[in-house]
Amino acid sequence: MSPAPNPVLIAPARLAESVAAAVAAGGRFAGLVATARGDDSTVLRALVANPRHFSTIEATLEPGSKRYPAVAALVAAAAWYEREICDLFGLEPVGHPRLDPLVLPLRPEEPRPRPGGSDDLPRLEPHVAALSGHVSGEGVFTIPYGPVRSGVFESVEYLVETPGEEIPHLRTRVYHKHRGLDRRFGDLMVDDAVLLAERVEGTASVAHAMALCQALETLGEVEPPRCAQLVRAVHAELERVAVHLDSIIRHTEGAGQAVAYARMTLYKERILRLRARLCGHRFGRGVVVPGGVGGPLQLEAVEALAEVETIDRAIASDARALMATPSFLDRLRGTGMLPTAVAVEHGALGPVGRGSGFVDDARVQRPYGAYRFLGCEAATGFHGCDALARQSVRLEEIRQSFHLVRQALDKLSGSEPGPWRHDVPPPHGTVLGWVEAPHGELLYVVEAERGRLVRVKARCASFHNLALFAQAFRGDIFTDFVFIEASFGLSMAGVSG
Amino acid sequence: MAWVFRGLREGIVTTRYPRRPDGYGDGYRAAVSVVDPPNSAPVDGRDATGADEDLVSLCPTGSIRVDRRLRVDRGSCIVCGRCVEARPDRFAFEPSPEVATLGRSALVVPREDDSALKDVRAELYARARALRRSIHIRHVDAGSDGSEEWEIAALTNPVYDVQRLGIFFTATPRHADLLLVTGVGTAGMAGPLQRTFDAMPDPRVVIAAGTDAISGGLVHPSYAAGPGIGSIVPVDVWVPGSPPSPFSLLHGILAAMGLLAGSAA
Repeated sequence: MSPAPNPVLIAPARLAESVAAAVAAGGRFAGLVATARGDDSTVLRALVANPRHFSTIEATLEPGSKRYPAVAALVAAAAWYEREICDLFGLEPVGHPRLDPLVLPLRPEEPRPRPGGSDDLPRLEPHVAALSGHVSGEGVFTIPYGPVRSGVFESVEYLVETPGEEIPHLRTRVYHKHRGLDRRFGDLMVDDAVLLAERVEGTASVAHAMALCQALETLGEVEPPRCAQLVRAVHAELERVAVHLDSIIRHTEGAGQAVAYARMTLYKERILRLRARLCGHRFGRGVVVPGGVGGPLQLEAVEALAEVETIDRAIASDARALMATPSFLDRLRGTGMLPTAVAVEHGALGPVGRGSGFVDDARVQRPYGAYRFLGCEAATGFHGCDALARQSVRLEEIRQSFHLVRQALDKLSGSEPGPWRHDVPPPHGTVLGWVEAPHGELLYVVEAERGRLVRVKARCASFHNLALFAQAFRGDIFTDFVFIEASFGLSMAGVSG
Repeated sequence: MAWVFRGLREGIVTTRYPRRPDGYGDGYRAAVSVVDPPNSAPVDGRDATGADEDLVSLCPTGSIRVDRRLRVDRGSCIVCGRCVEARPDRFAFEPSPEVATLGRSALVVPREDDSALKDVRAELYARARALRRSIHIRHVDAGSDGSEEWEIAALTNPVYDVQRLGIFFTATPRHADLLLVTGVGTAGMAGPLQRTFDAMPDPRVVIAAGTDAISGGLVHPSYAAGPGIGSIVPVDVWVPGSPPSPFSLLHGILAAMGLLAGSAA
């Protein structure tokens, strides 16, 4: 696992064109991450995913220099990344198509958090007037929806600009939940940073801890014990099942499928209970530690296998019935179309991309941990581009995840128990860790200096995909909203940071 | 039609809590407790074991204190279990999910003195008298990590099925009796949370659900959040946990309804 040991160093003026060239050569734009240095300079790192590895293009803005040609002017997928960088670092990407504040609207004179730096910060209150105003025009009005919405959901605000029923335009405001995690990582010791990573997206705790720990293990040149990798895979796949079930639950709820809803929520509860029996925590927190896992599974493999078998069969049976229920399928078919060309151009991640025929599954393409020796297939062949296709991808991935859990449990019951972790030396250097989280590819950029974490950036799939959300409303109306949102299945905690 | 018969397949899966204890709820680690070694009566107001200062550094959120004796602040404990693993002789997981309290100070265990809580309890029970038969809940996320929402949503699944207890979730704060708040209390959610609280009719009760909501947990200190939601709205019931399990949340809701007179809360 060697992520771009030698980044391409380039002048800020040429960053945009070299990212565009890398994308034109077949790469997928995977993120843009900035780090503040103590001398007031800023490092920009563009991440480009290639079929088997990642490459990094790095540019350093001199102390005091704020302007550089916007990457988003040439690579549209970078637009949200530069909005975030503008909020957090006060940089000014010149030529950006629409530089609205995203995670932290501030007054121009206010200090910026500048993650990577260590200066004292006052409490920063969002300055709502910095956001762009509502639309105007004959017959068009804006319906604000959120941040407090009906139902038990995470806070997010949608501004639906509509002439009445259709949704020609939608804006998303995500700053409400901004917790300042990027700066908080810089205060923490390595082991505590893993605990914080588990709380970046609380529903994908295992994936986050794995991505960060794999980055630290790469830096320390440590390979976790094989049995620890298998335990990680068991938890990561059960987590995927739970997250996918959550998306399906929201579909069934929206479509008023009361029995299917009740049964799917029951299965989700059983998955969370199984995870708690395996490790003591319903979300698998504390399982993944640098160098391995906290300990063995707390349940006999035979018992776990039996439970997995039962839940797998029950979900598969209900899924078949659900996919043969016309009143359910009618709500999903043709809803929230995300054309393949758009998904490819943006590099749509996870089930959102795979539902539009754009398949990039890190477990298969850039395998890590136990996926190097477990049989794993990506969900291919889904070209519907609609909510139904994304739902079908999730059902297929649930099946595939159970298959992986069975394989891992089989291998665990036949292997020598322990050791469960190796020591990881204090981190030093810059590295990238990646996993295929339930929501899609999750990246951790880790920069450390002699054991101190200077910068930890979690690039969540939800952040990358949410930029596409507004483009999936062509021809859809209000009542489709719940399905489009559920089929994207985004975690707002991961978006706001 | 096929769904009708499917719906009957599982039989009754619903817990009988709170009327009967639930085996699963009682086995799940809900919080951390202090274990007293045998023969450790305090000497001159200090713990006889002496070396407790070393234990303080075990905790990533500074929840372990020595205040005349060894204590754990469940309000900032994220239940990572590091102290239990390192010193099983001094710390243990609390096996009961009934960890909600009616006062912030009561989250520090072992408790010093319950007498101050009596007034708090009496005031809440007088206020919540009208809510005892049925209660409508409005949930607000003030910067959670997303897992608290899952656990709250789980309360309506067939296993917990809180409607059987007269507990309902409502869309509008104007119909709500109880405000169930998750998350660290971000600056961006302070306004919406305050407005939601203001829109509720009296009598109203506020629950801080989860360690993040109580103290900011591991996210605190931050330029953008917290510590907790207590500075934004007045909290009545505190439910620790990261995230609190559905049973802990249910215990907190029952406490808010004034249904737990005489119990641990």
